[in-house]
Amino acid sequence: MSGLKDAGHLFRFLGLFVIAFLVFWLIRGYVVPKSFGEYGHYRGAAITDIANHPVKFAGHQACEQCHTDIADTKTKGAHAHVNCEACHGALAQHANDPTSMTPVKPDSAVLCARCHTASAAKPKGFPQVDIADHSNGLPCATCHNPHSPVIGSDAKTTDAASATAATGGAK
Amino acid sequence: MSGVEGYMYPNEVTLYWSVLIVLYPYITGLVAGAFILASLVRVFRVQAVAPTYRLALLTALSFLLVAPLPLQFHLGHPERSPEMYFTPHATSAMAMFGYVYLWYLMAVLVFEIWLDYRREIVLRSQQSKGLLRLVYKVMTLGSNNISERSLHIDEKVGWIVTLVGIPSAFLLHGYVGFIFGSIKANPWWSSPLMPVVFIFSAMVSGIAGVMLLYMALTKLRKQAIDIRCVDTIAMYMFYIFIIDFSLEMLDLVHRIYEADESFRSLNFMVHTKLYFSQIVLQIVVGTLVPLVLLFLTQVVKLAEIARKRIYVLSGSLILISVFAMRWNVVIGGQLFSKSFLGYTTYKVDLVTKEGLLVAIGFIILPLVFLWALVKLLPPWPPQSKHQTASGD
Repeated sequence: MSGLKDAGHLFRFLGLFVIAFLVFWLIRGYVVPKSFGEYGHYRGAAITDIANHPVKFAGHQACEQCHTDIADTKTKGAHAHVNCEACHGALAQHANDPTSMTPVKPDSAVLCARCHTASAAKPKGFPQVDIADHSNGLPCATCHNPHSPVIGSDAKTTDAASATAATGGAK
Repeated sequence: MSGVEGYMYPNEVTLYWSVLIVLYPYITGLVAGAFILASLVRVFRVQAVAPTYRLALLTALSFLLVAPLPLQFHLGHPERSPEMYFTPHATSAMAMFGYVYLWYLMAVLVFEIWLDYRREIVLRSQQSKGLLRLVYKVMTLGSNNISERSLHIDEKVGWIVTLVGIPSAFLLHGYVGFIFGSIKANPWWSSPLMPVVFIFSAMVSGIAGVMLLYMALTKLRKQAIDIRCVDTIAMYMFYIFIIDFSLEMLDLVHRIYEADESFRSLNFMVHTKLYFSQIVLQIVVGTLVPLVLLFLTQVVKLAEIARKRIYVLSGSLILISVFAMRWNVVIGGQLFSKSFLGYTTYKVDLVTKEGLLVAIGFIILPLVFLWALVKLLPPWPPQSKHQTASGD
């Protein structure tokens, strides 16, 4: 019994651990969301939160319903598999109500360079150029139709005028 | 591109792990090493190094308190880091070893220090005045029992805590090596020897650190350095350093013999970008020189003053060498491209969140903590007050 009394201070230290653990558990109960772990190692309610986000992308089918001429040009060209919103940005708002917003035409000098700047890491067959040498500062759309970029392809003539307009007539 | 040679993938150009990530294993290593030195007294009964026992424990605690800070400064959202404890994932090494850190801090270091100092804490809580009295009162946890039997129980429990502390120290520092060694995508890091090398270099650096602190503090207190104590520490430091160096050479020889697809690139890096920090600082100046010097102290009968000077020089070089080793691992592992065709450059910032000034601050901060702890819990045996300074 006296041995237990002489070890009493050890139980006090142990008590510190118990208190620390209880405080930890209390804080944990407060800060960890209730739905955590419901489906996996994340907050279950995050799924509903994310599902409630407004849809920002319309999808290329929505664009093609109105812009049939561009869609025709694009299907014949090298960019057939590049989705409209990959270059033009998310346009669900425009698709839902075309008058509510007008998409800004991308600057082809910047946009095209994102994919077509020469890099040893890209496959050899992928069209890539040293931008400064290739275009001498001119926007790509001056010569290329972004919807069917190979010069001389059949689709080139279809909307060359709109491509030139996209550059703002830059020379 | 400035600082880039050959071909780097775009995400390899900038180093994400800075000098603070170099400091993290360095500081944790000092903790583990200091604790191993303390265990020499408590578990292995090496009484010659007893004068450094308490100092080693306080040093370990001071550095352990600072160890996670470099990581916090590295994080973009440090306020999210407690989530690692609240919702730990079993596959996260960082989360699992976060608990090891807490265990080591509270159940090993703080508990062992408390047990060892309990008698003094109780006496001081009765003799001090003002705020200090209150601090000591709190530290007694309300128990003033310092009977012979209760102190005997403390001694027994302390022994068990130290015994448990040795694998805990190995685990704590082994994990730091583990988080590098387990990154299989990086050939500079990916090695099962990494945790073992980290542990042994940690032991060497921690022992060197405590030895230097003991010598410096004793000198500052105008007391005599216990030469038998530093001789014994230096002997252990020498032997452990030999093992550490052998393991690192084994790793090197293995890499050279294996010569996998990364070898040419890594070999080139060691001879160029890492030449100074690895070949010159880590291996020649920081390892071979102290090894030769310490070897001399073991085989040649040198005067006491010469031995002390050698110990100070060797200890300092070892601390530099182990820091260089951490640098070479952390920074070196990010300087080469996974394409093995290019190299980037790391330039330390000066006043940014992960810059040089912050890093220097994290080296000084544990010493500030140590100063406060030494004031609160003096690690010196009472009889040392009557000793006089030696002639050096």
